[in-house]
Amino acid sequence: MVIVDNKSVYSGTSADFGEFSASIYKHFTISYPKFHKMDNLSKLAFLSVELLSGSKKSDHKYKGDEIGIILMNSSSSLDTDRHHQDTIIDRSNYFPSPSVFVYTLPNVAIGEISIRHKIFGEGNFFVMEKFNPQFIVSYIQQLFYNEIIKCCIAGWVEIDGNDYESVVFLIEKTDRTDKGIANFEPGTIQKIYNKMK
Amino acid sequence: MTDVFISSDNIITSLGFSTGENAANMLADNTGIQLTENERIAPVPFYASLINSEQLYDRFSTFDDPDKFTRFEQLAICSLKDALSDTEIDFTDSKTLFILSTTKGNIDLLEKENEHKFGRERIYLWNTARLLQSYFKFLNEPVVISNACISGVQAIITGARLIRANLFENVVINGTDIITEFVLSGFNSFQSLSTGPCRPFDKTRNGLSLGEGSGTIILTSKPVMSGGTNYILVGEGFSTNDANHISGPSRTGEGLFIAINRLLKKSPLTVDYISAHGTATLYNDEMESIAITRAGLQSVPINSFKGYWGHTLGAAGIIESIMGIWSIKNSVILNTKGYNESGVTNPIFIVNKPVQKEINTCLKIASGFGGCNAALIFYKK
Repeated sequence: MVIVDNKSVYSGTSADFGEFSASIYKHFTISYPKFHKMDNLSKLAFLSVELLSGSKKSDHKYKGDEIGIILMNSSSSLDTDRHHQDTIIDRSNYFPSPSVFVYTLPNVAIGEISIRHKIFGEGNFFVMEKFNPQFIVSYIQQLFYNEIIKCCIAGWVEIDGNDYESVVFLIEKTDRTDKGIANFEPGTIQKIYNKMK
Repeated sequence: MTDVFISSDNIITSLGFSTGENAANMLADNTGIQLTENERIAPVPFYASLINSEQLYDRFSTFDDPDKFTRFEQLAICSLKDALSDTEIDFTDSKTLFILSTTKGNIDLLEKENEHKFGRERIYLWNTARLLQSYFKFLNEPVVISNACISGVQAIITGARLIRANLFENVVINGTDIITEFVLSGFNSFQSLSTGPCRPFDKTRNGLSLGEGSGTIILTSKPVMSGGTNYILVGEGFSTNDANHISGPSRTGEGLFIAINRLLKKSPLTVDYISAHGTATLYNDEMESIAITRAGLQSVPINSFKGYWGHTLGAAGIIESIMGIWSIKNSVILNTKGYNESGVTNPIFIVNKPVQKEINTCLKIASGFGGCNAALIFYKK
């Protein structure tokens, strides 16, 4: 299922990530032909950012090098690594492909989002056992404090076979205290993550 | 703001098991890139800089049982052990963070035989980092940084920022990658491998040579004089994205230019020397020459270490930074092994024989798949 700003916006489910991602793409009438070439990790990251409310708004609000992308997961690019390994396992049927191999690096998902939204700022991909709000929040807070970025797309984008989950946030410095705008702190982030479980 | 000092380091490549051994071989103009026959990695001979597995095994046997560890882990442990033994700091308390920089980690565990020996869970990068954490009794949960070929530079930038933000006092960073059939077949499918030892920035360059490496660099907020009578410090660093292509560098050097330019604007230091990424692919070296020229650094001496030990992926940013620091400490800029005549359109000052001069600062740059770029400066005080 898909939840945006605490509201369920799509309830489709499928045990197969390929089917699920295709159904989201269709349901939200996304049009981006490069999507179909992406590996599953990039698709998951791409769709999550695509559905992030306000991400289009921030495209215009900030310059490309003022926006950063900080992602984290547990399996790195292992999902696609296995795919590449399958192409070389048999010497008599050897067909390694650059279009698969390029995705055997998790940060390529950051590259895909950067291309889509013209983001030139800091990109960093962390791998930890579990979603670690404490680490990600303190890392991003110092990026804001040191004025390295003014806006950040961040989150946990994990896929290992047909086990997948993704929680992505858009973080901005703001004086507003409107309802619905949460403070970027570990407790809040953990609560949002827990809702998905 | 908190200063970030370099406390100690180690480099392991085919050229040696310490920073000193590597430097001595490089000064003697030796390369570790050889025509290699290894059926497990490729069906035909290939050029690469591989660490001798028997030497590694023997060295490991002097302090622990190598059969309990994968080749990747043996390398990382050897490197960490050497760097940690060279410092007085206690790394086992809550003030220390361990960062592992790697692109593929234990990727050879995808091969069935290895998977049976070490189990299915061992391949997860966080698990590899956990194993190293418990081996050296680091207290905090480790972080893996996996950002293609900028991983090492990005790990040092990240570590220095965490210290400056007073989140940690010490950050121990190890960068390691091994060359497997997985990696070689992938680069081969991109047709990015050189037909001989790689020739960075040269007119005749036609691709990169892969290499194995492990490097450890220890950052600390405590003033330690690791450069004789000088302190060596980590300065500003930035990473950026080209937002252009996932497997090819930007033709205008956009991302790398932005990273260098931001650094020059934010840092009061002048650049004395640049340690390039210099992989020796046509596009990378050309792109770097454009970005450097756009940033106004075309007359600063620049070299690439790839002709000595190949492209060591997640280790590259670490071991090349360490050699940059070695250059500051020893007042020598090494030559660009494999380089003879410029093959980039923008004239930049490529060092082709060792230069003796005082160096106060070293700019390290890197670029990689996913369109990522990084720039970082080291200096002495």
